[in-house]
Amino acid sequence: MRGRTAVGIWTGFVLILVWCLLPVVWILSLSFKPVSETTVGSPQFLPKTWTTQNYSDIIANPDFTRALLNSFGIALISTALAVLFATFAAYAIARLEFRGKRLVLSLALAIAMFPVVSLVGPLFDMWRAVGLFNTWPGLIIPYMSFTLPLAIWTLSAFFREIPWEMEQAAQVDGATNWQAFRKVIVPLAAPGVFTAAILTFFFAWNEFVLAISLTSTTAARTVPAQLSYFVGPDPFNPPYSQLATASVVVTIPVVLIVLLFQRRIVAGLTAGAVKG
Amino acid sequence: MTTTVSTPTTSAAEPHASDRATAENRLGLKLVAPAVVMMLLVTAYPMLQALYLSLFRYRLTTPGEKQFVGLGNYATALTDSLFWQDLFNTVVIMVVSVAVELVIGFAFAMVMHRIIVARGLMRTSILIPYGIITVVSAFAWQFAFSLNNGFVNGWFQWLPWISADTNWFGSHWPAMFAIIVSEIWKTTPFMALLLLAGLSQVSDDMLEAAQVDGATWWQRLYKVILPNMRAAIMVAVLFRALDAFRIFDNIFVMTKGAQGTESSSFLTYRQVIEQFQLGMGSALSVLLFLAVLLLAFLIVRLFRVDLAQARGEA
Repeated sequence: MRGRTAVGIWTGFVLILVWCLLPVVWILSLSFKPVSETTVGSPQFLPKTWTTQNYSDIIANPDFTRALLNSFGIALISTALAVLFATFAAYAIARLEFRGKRLVLSLALAIAMFPVVSLVGPLFDMWRAVGLFNTWPGLIIPYMSFTLPLAIWTLSAFFREIPWEMEQAAQVDGATNWQAFRKVIVPLAAPGVFTAAILTFFFAWNEFVLAISLTSTTAARTVPAQLSYFVGPDPFNPPYSQLATASVVVTIPVVLIVLLFQRRIVAGLTAGAVKG
Repeated sequence: MTTTVSTPTTSAAEPHASDRATAENRLGLKLVAPAVVMMLLVTAYPMLQALYLSLFRYRLTTPGEKQFVGLGNYATALTDSLFWQDLFNTVVIMVVSVAVELVIGFAFAMVMHRIIVARGLMRTSILIPYGIITVVSAFAWQFAFSLNNGFVNGWFQWLPWISADTNWFGSHWPAMFAIIVSEIWKTTPFMALLLLAGLSQVSDDMLEAAQVDGATWWQRLYKVILPNMRAAIMVAVLFRALDAFRIFDNIFVMTKGAQGTESSSFLTYRQVIEQFQLGMGSALSVLLFLAVLLLAFLIVRLFRVDLAQARGEA
């Protein structure tokens, strides 16, 4: 009985690993296939000959490096601003009694469910009128708005767990307001803020609809959008190796963040949604 | 928790307490204001704008010919078979992917719940599909299903309906299948993590009691585990269903809407960005928004979820 359960769990474990990693290994393998192999058609999983030529090609492609820069810049700025605003809001929600608290949470939830495509038309029109079309702020502003709900929900769930009385205890012990806040609350809140930042960054890094709709040149086009322009003249025969290589490069930051902070990400994902 | 600290006990303190309450109220509103303004600026205002534009025949390439048509755009959209075809595709993708994810995600959650070693490795792997950008996962699957370069045909030839020259993107249902596979792969981990969180809230005592009473594995699953996870399952289904309904990236990359695989989001995008039909596009945006609203309402009603209450925020 126990032995059978153990076998079941181990089989499940292996299945999960295969499920999660197979497409990743596949795209990695494609990125090491020489261009000649993919143009003649090579349905085998691993390359016949390995090459790093694709990587030197992609790094030498100015459109790609520019898109990478845009992606980093836009994602980091949106994350910083969204987390700052969300921290204020979440602090108020967790700590203060005020009217409209529920309304704010409901609004955030409604926006999290909003179909982004619905806004493409009006934003396209407005951004062109005010000169934000095809600029960094033109993407940063909507990214902030769309990541705020997730950040507010995650952070307010974290902040509710903080024993705020400790701040007062520190004040009783002779700390000033600021000292009490900085020495007691900030260290307790930091992991939550950090988690919200990671999730926000993932969103901005991943976003595609607005990125292709609100940009027209490489001035502000992010990597997901730029990738869809790599397709080349024949849509039925895209440059496989190059696309795979670019895909691997944009995935590296994600994998690094996941490797370093997996525990926090899981906590953040579940805190926003189901923590009771 | 915090209220116990500041609650006054004597009536003499009352005026002071209400001052304090007013101040707290004001500070609270001030702190949430930037976030609320930001959220409304990019959603509520453009949505009203869309509502207004949807009443016009308005093409960006010929702005001089902007013409009021009332509900004409809505009538055109709702009587066009393409609109219904796309809506049907969207619903099929949503229903199939959420249903499959629920089953696979639950199985994953059960395994992750029971596993003792290598938890870090497990967590890292499960987060990779979640973190990878959708465009990249769509490319990975498009290439996997590709006729010339994909491994799928080679690996699954033992199945009667797959051969070396099966062209997945050559007809409607195989293309839909490939799109759904990419969607399921990418989002199952999210489902699994939410279900895992729910699973960890089911008390072991109850499970042991059921086992002692001689309940079989299935009985324990149906009578103890699932009812106790109701809230977690509902939240997971709600989030994923609404998310799947907005499907766009995978379709854009994998088929560009060819073979009748277009989704409602894709139709809206095409009208606005590719054809500059702002009036018609806005009408479609409003319809899409209403559809999501209706869907959210139905799911919440069906499952009777109160999210704020589920979190103890009420």
